[in-house]
Amino acid sequence: MKGLWQLTWLEIKIFIREPLGLFGTVGVPVLVFLGLGRVMRGAATPASPEEAFLRAGLPVFAAILMAISAVVSLVTVIAIYREGGILKRLRATPLRPSTILVAHVLVKLLFTALTLALLIAAGRRYYAPDTAIQLLRFGVALLFTTCSLLSVGFLIASLVPTARFAQPLAGLVFYPMIALSGLFYPLSLLPPWLEAVARVLPLTFAVSLLRGVWRGDPLSFHLWDAAAIALVFAVCTALSARVFRWE
Amino acid sequence: MSAQPSVVRVSGIRKAYGPVVAVDDVSFEVRSGEIFGLVGPNGAGKTTTMECLEGLRAPDRGAISVLGLDPYRSGTALKARIGVQLQEAQLQKRITVREAVDFWASLYPAPVNPATLLEQLGLKDKRNAWFMTLSGGQKQRLFIALALINDPEVVFLDELTTGLDPQARRAIWDLVRGIRDRGKTVVLTTHLMEEAERLCDRVAIIEHGRVIDVDTPAGLVARHCPERAVVLATTDETARDRFLSLPGVEAVDAGAGTVTIRGRNATLVTDVIQCVSAHHIPVTDFQTTVPTLEDVFLRLTGHSIRD
Repeated sequence: MKGLWQLTWLEIKIFIREPLGLFGTVGVPVLVFLGLGRVMRGAATPASPEEAFLRAGLPVFAAILMAISAVVSLVTVIAIYREGGILKRLRATPLRPSTILVAHVLVKLLFTALTLALLIAAGRRYYAPDTAIQLLRFGVALLFTTCSLLSVGFLIASLVPTARFAQPLAGLVFYPMIALSGLFYPLSLLPPWLEAVARVLPLTFAVSLLRGVWRGDPLSFHLWDAAAIALVFAVCTALSARVFRWE
Repeated sequence: MSAQPSVVRVSGIRKAYGPVVAVDDVSFEVRSGEIFGLVGPNGAGKTTTMECLEGLRAPDRGAISVLGLDPYRSGTALKARIGVQLQEAQLQKRITVREAVDFWASLYPAPVNPATLLEQLGLKDKRNAWFMTLSGGQKQRLFIALALINDPEVVFLDELTTGLDPQARRAIWDLVRGIRDRGKTVVLTTHLMEEAERLCDRVAIIEHGRVIDVDTPAGLVARHCPERAVVLATTDETARDRFLSLPGVEAVDAGAGTVTIRGRNATLVTDVIQCVSAHHIPVTDFQTTVPTLEDVFLRLTGHSIRD
């Protein structure tokens, strides 16, 4: 673990120095959340679908956006670092290879947590404050989910040929998954074959878990979701440990 | 410390990337305290050889020992004792010079003082500048700083002056000589024959993944291109015969007020000067043509290094 905190701190500082990247990671989910919240609040009458989405769908949507922007940003950073030989230069030091990658995961998790905190602070205008425990649970569930999605990101980072393709490819993988995640409509409305696909996508489990935790479901309702997300993490981490390219 | 005959020992390594054989059969030894150069055109296998020495790649065949360790297997243990500058490496665009050296220093057990090192390399004024704002020469000096931060026993420098202007190149050469003068061993690659000739104590000429010959630059020239020529501007008709009788002179061509004397003796130039002086031959111009490493390369490979 030698050098992990130093490298993480360094990468945090470097990340903050790029205003666009910071805005994309922290700003976009918060703005989407506030903007949609403001628009829908007008239409939301008690017990309407808008009201339901506002209460449970929108926070989960914003959280998923956060997780995905963390992953897209990770894939991009790794691709740029590989193309520029930065990863290779770091590998020529006594740093363990895993430390180099874990530092980036920590940076992404930290900014995800920070964005979530901002979101909750901003959301106080729309939502009666939930109990602290529930928010904490939601935060843990989000970081757990993000971790798992980041491992998918490492797998994508191994496959992108150049940094130029990193962002589009990561977006192409993840954004359609949002549409199929059951966040906006029940999966049973999909054609059977598409529903079958949607049911095994990592984001579907993530949405189910996050929505459940937000609603205050007992954790036992979502053990399968958590297990599936953990499985994705284990499989993608194992796979990327084998196929990850340093240069 | 026990006497260490060679700091780096490479025997018969081979490395292929799929069907492409980058290194076919490379063997050489590097002695303690010398600047050793791997010299050859782009694509000759220099960088792959270096990366095997640095522990970044494992050779398919053959053995490497650096400071008595196998670079690929010993991993971290060796990495703490060597300094590395990679070809065309980058750092994070927005990392400052100071942050880079401080971070690197934190990775090693006994680093040198980062501030002193930056001062020695002329980067003190740039310590708060982002990497992306540095000039090519400043970037290379920063990479040299990172290669020296752990006070390494051996320093590997891969094409460190490529892309630099002549002035920056000379400044870097002085830095490398300074590294050697502090008792370190330097292994470098270059495709610039002039750089090899001026900087290296010994060079290995590499082509198509094979070492063609290893020696001092002067030794290589003496072995492969011993011929020298002296061109004099003189109107003395008798001079031609006097030069022909000098030891080791093979040919004397006279024409249009000049005489060209060719021979293979190392003392040819001295002999000619003494002959001119002893016989009061009037000379209005004097040029010598001594072969360089460039000529050696041409003779050994049949083509120029730039082809």
